[in-house]
Amino acid sequence: MNVTSSNHNIRKAKSFAMNGLCILCAVLVILPLGLILFYLIQKGASSLNWAFFTGLPKSAGVPGGGMGNAIVGTLELLALASGIGVPIGVLGGVYLSEYGGERMNTWIRFWADVLNGVPSIVWGMVAYALVVLPMKGFSAWAGALALAFIMIPLVLRTTEEVLALVPRSYREAALALGLPQWKTIVRIILPTARRGIITGILLAMGRVAGETAPLLFTALGNDYWNKNLSKPIAALPLEIFNYSISPYDDWNRQAWAGALVLVAMTFCLSLSVRLFSTGRFQKNT
Amino acid sequence: MNTEVATTPLSPAPGRAGARSGTRLGDTLFHLVCLGGALVVGVLLALVLWQLFKGSSLALKQFGWKFFTGSEWNPVTDQFGALPFIFGTLVSSGIALLIAVPLGIGTAIYLTDLAPVKLRQPMTSLIEMLAAVPSVVWGLWGLFVLMPLLRASIYPLLQKWFGFLPLFQGPIYGIGLLTSGIILAIMILPIVTSVSREVLRSVPNLQREAAYALGATRWEVTRIAVLSYARRGLFGAAVLGLGRAIGETMAVTMVIGNTPFIGWSLFHPAGTLASGIANEFTEATTDIYQSSLFELGLVLLGVTILVNIVAQAMVRAFTTAETRQVA
Repeated sequence: MNVTSSNHNIRKAKSFAMNGLCILCAVLVILPLGLILFYLIQKGASSLNWAFFTGLPKSAGVPGGGMGNAIVGTLELLALASGIGVPIGVLGGVYLSEYGGERMNTWIRFWADVLNGVPSIVWGMVAYALVVLPMKGFSAWAGALALAFIMIPLVLRTTEEVLALVPRSYREAALALGLPQWKTIVRIILPTARRGIITGILLAMGRVAGETAPLLFTALGNDYWNKNLSKPIAALPLEIFNYSISPYDDWNRQAWAGALVLVAMTFCLSLSVRLFSTGRFQKNT
Repeated sequence: MNTEVATTPLSPAPGRAGARSGTRLGDTLFHLVCLGGALVVGVLLALVLWQLFKGSSLALKQFGWKFFTGSEWNPVTDQFGALPFIFGTLVSSGIALLIAVPLGIGTAIYLTDLAPVKLRQPMTSLIEMLAAVPSVVWGLWGLFVLMPLLRASIYPLLQKWFGFLPLFQGPIYGIGLLTSGIILAIMILPIVTSVSREVLRSVPNLQREAAYALGATRWEVTRIAVLSYARRGLFGAAVLGLGRAIGETMAVTMVIGNTPFIGWSLFHPAGTLASGIANEFTEATTDIYQSSLFELGLVLLGVTILVNIVAQAMVRAFTTAETRQVA
């Protein structure tokens, strides 16, 4: 009796300790998020001013200057990449959910998942070989293409998943009323799943907005405003990278400010994702 | 007048027939356009492989298999061996896994079985936010906050206590294998945690209830009924994290020091496949230099694809088998 009860106590103590360990793990996982937000605000917020958002970078060693061109450049790259990647991804997702047969779909899903695992720097190399080499120069197009490559499989997979949630009866009702299938898809199914599809697109944009590696040798970076998409363009992540490994204190300080803006951008994207996806599915039909 | 009205719907009017064939045309067109969109993923996959092969053809021809065993990477003498970068990739990802897998699984246990229900969703959202922080920002933080801290206080302690191991000998630079491993660990924590959580959630509740009924404590339930049951799926989660760590570029480039290195000391600067490409690609002036970098990319691509396929197969086999059983 005594033995079993002390044994029981040991087991309970062990359970208590291990559960405590799990809680500790959870705290340690969340901790970096708190730390990075703290340092971003502490080191970056003081450098945010009007000139930072509108100005051009000053030459090395001269204090002041801004990242206006890089912020606009990132938005331009995002828009171009979405312009290429979103239609292809959505159409592919429609094919998987509305047309494709079992075998075909299995393959396409498999390929898309493989593509999702390809490191982003490799996409930079592909865009370099496809665009930079033939055009004999770094360009915004090359950077946008690299980002679009990353977006396509992401958008395709989420679109397919969302379309699968549209009730079968919607399709049957539309077809029974004599609508051709393509009109059923364009007018009934896609609008029904609109919210989910937009969520997927925003997620993909959030994923590529902070990408640096694929832009290193495609978009390259630019100290001035980009006026021609066939020329190099500045991007916020690139600017952060270049400024943070530079030896100038003022550039390091601006790298923190740029990082704060970039993180704010990606968090805004994921926040809008949450707003979009919490709306009830049926509500917007 | 009357007869006309009656007959119109019966006889196929030319306008209607036209509309119907237009419909058929529209359907075919739309079908083809969608098919095109879907096939783009296949084309992209072929494109990646083809471009990297094409880019690295010169290096493939010149170095052959020696590219993988050569430990010298010297652009000045045009001598390129990938071994130092393969070494750096394996070691930094290995460190990342050693740190991230226990932490991730512990967190997943907390989130599925222990945490108050009210806390679960907010915690999960926080972990998603962690995943949304861009790589370059982790690099910045690693370079200016984490690295000085490690160099000043943690690494000297490690050297004092474990200095008898060759792993913790040698000068402390701050940047190096261990620092990049730690940054990588933070970066793969979200994926390891969320996949582990998915895996643990698909363990049937019956399993837990049975263990409780036998008088198991909370931890024993987790250990006997949940963890050993979900072993394969959790292993898949770890391998998925490995795939991420291998391909991670920017943060590693900023804190690893970018020196080809093979040796025991974890404090030493090194290079990974991805960081080597990121750091040297724009400087590659000779054809063979650039071609060798393309071959590094090819190795990187091959390894990540392999790792990802294995991991996904493991996770999917586990979660679908479980949901089928429950249903």
